[in-house]
Amino acid sequence: MAHSGNPIAGTGTGSSPRLFVARAANLLFTLSLTFVGLTAITFIIGRVMPADPVLAIVGDRAPKEVYEAMYVKLGLDKPLIQQYLIYLVNVLQGDFGKSIMTTRPVLDDLIRFFPATFELASIATIAGVFIGVPMGVVAAVRQGRLTDHIVRVVGLIGYSVPIFWLGLMALLVFYARLEWLPGPGRIEVYYDGIVEPTTGFILIDSAMQKEWEVFHNALSHIVLPAAMLTTFALAYIARMTRSFMLDQLNQEYVITARVKGLSEMAVIWRHAFRNVLIQLITIIGLTYASLLEGSVLTETVFAWPGIGQYITNSLFNADMNAVIGGTVVVGICFVGINMISDALYRIVDPRARR
Amino acid sequence: MTSSAAVPRSPSRRLKTWLLSDSPESVFHARCQRLYLGWRVFSINPIAMTGLLIIVSLVLAAALAPLLTQGDGTEQVLSRRLLPPGAEHWFGTDELGRDIYDRIVWGSRITLYIVGLVGVLVVPIGLVIGTVAGYVGGWVDNVLMRFTDIFLAFPRLILALAFVSALGPGIENAVLAIALTTWSPYARLARAETITIRNSEYIMAAKLQGASGWRILYGHIAPLCISSVIIRLTLDMAGIILTAAGLGFLGLGAQPPLPEWGAMISTGRQYLLDQWWVATVPGIAIFVVSLGFNLLGDGLRDVLDPKGGGTG
Repeated sequence: MAHSGNPIAGTGTGSSPRLFVARAANLLFTLSLTFVGLTAITFIIGRVMPADPVLAIVGDRAPKEVYEAMYVKLGLDKPLIQQYLIYLVNVLQGDFGKSIMTTRPVLDDLIRFFPATFELASIATIAGVFIGVPMGVVAAVRQGRLTDHIVRVVGLIGYSVPIFWLGLMALLVFYARLEWLPGPGRIEVYYDGIVEPTTGFILIDSAMQKEWEVFHNALSHIVLPAAMLTTFALAYIARMTRSFMLDQLNQEYVITARVKGLSEMAVIWRHAFRNVLIQLITIIGLTYASLLEGSVLTETVFAWPGIGQYITNSLFNADMNAVIGGTVVVGICFVGINMISDALYRIVDPRARR
Repeated sequence: MTSSAAVPRSPSRRLKTWLLSDSPESVFHARCQRLYLGWRVFSINPIAMTGLLIIVSLVLAAALAPLLTQGDGTEQVLSRRLLPPGAEHWFGTDELGRDIYDRIVWGSRITLYIVGLVGVLVVPIGLVIGTVAGYVGGWVDNVLMRFTDIFLAFPRLILALAFVSALGPGIENAVLAIALTTWSPYARLARAETITIRNSEYIMAAKLQGASGWRILYGHIAPLCISSVIIRLTLDMAGIILTAAGLGFLGLGAQPPLPEWGAMISTGRQYLLDQWWVATVPGIAIFVVSLGFNLLGDGLRDVLDPKGGGTG
């Protein structure tokens, strides 16, 4: 299983405080390097974008002096490296610049749009874990039999289907033809604004404020987009669970447990699965992170007001600050989630803790 | 040396004993044997064979497109707009009266072009960076792998989006964007393989014979990394196709009137409720092809990498 992100990198043998400090410093170094790389590349992309940011602000009928003034004001006359450093310092202070499209600070926009994506990705990940993990375990236990083949094919289908197309088909069937579920959007317009946003998650907010009508409406809206993302999460998690579980079932301690006379359920769930669980932490982290960024197309299809839609809309409007800001924030979340799952892995697995 | 025990009669039998004999007589003989044994494992795997069938059909469709269709999929017949699937137009027609079947067949060329180009770009970059990092080690390894990790940490689709919008929409730019966001796992893979090979005895032997570092890298180490890189590439192909289709769907990939499948879904979206076939058919095409690559990759892993955990 060649997979990115190596959770057990550098499992040393000694366990001294000096080693710990060294590892923490290493982690910090990696983190800052990734951050600098992330911002640098997105910054360069933003700068070579063919769309003219000055034109986007002043309009194409502005006199030359106004144009020049704005050009200087945006700092575009400075050398590229200096522009980048200024940008980096601003970002570190939480200032991503202003969005041309919404005329608000990019950070405010991101905070406003992020919960929608977060809500969607969280639900999809949870659903993916609760369906995918048992599927993978069953497939491994019944290796080579019909159940295994079915799980394998279902997984491959989930991997192969274009999610945006599946979304369109789901809308066609469940919204247009059967009329079981509402169409695109996060909530019906007339429910908009009833619930005071505290967490930003409509489902949690409406449940806390006992607005059950709003809750139901939001829930019926999230079913389809969440199901689309779940398809992908489920396929990946089931596949990885199956392969981890197969590895464990071939280990000698499983034979020992069987020889000891333990029931098959105990062997599978209490012995083999507990070792798989540890490895799954990394996989679930990766799934979560990739759903956060991968919801771009799903959000476009379902008109979901999340960060993916924000970034694509900004892209088409040449809204540079918004694009860079959004990419950096998603990137940071991506790296952050992977690091957290790595740390969890170390905590849970005594072998990796040394 | 035991081959004279019983002389087989038919030529196919003789070929089989030649392929299965215990003592290969030449490098060519050994290679043929390995291919044959791999094929035997591969061909009894129904999943893998289905995948192979799909990919072969895709290649055939792309190669024989002029024979399989009546036009090149761009002729507009406005009097025959949005016709449902039927005897004359198997998959119906789109909003400009173009035959969807024709466009799907011609679109297979675009799909193959994209995955082929991405593969050609990604494999050498990954191999060079990974093998050099793994073989040289030290600070070179450190620098190269940090660089790789930065790309690995990136949100891929969003980065590809940003790249394409910076370079301007179009197939070549989409390919470049996908390649830039795909190469990093290959470097990691090649490095891991190199590290396991680096200290083996035959590398020592090559060194003792005076082979230069480069010669060892491309002559002895890189060929051994190829098989895992190829498996990974086959498994990645589906993802590449889906990303390309996604870019096309957003209007950042192939531009009209090219019959790119993702872009076809995008136009079909406007007619979804009443003319469902316009968006449905290209989606099925994307699904079938990426499923084919996934099935093939799974089967290849079983053949080439027995420790990979798959069943035969």
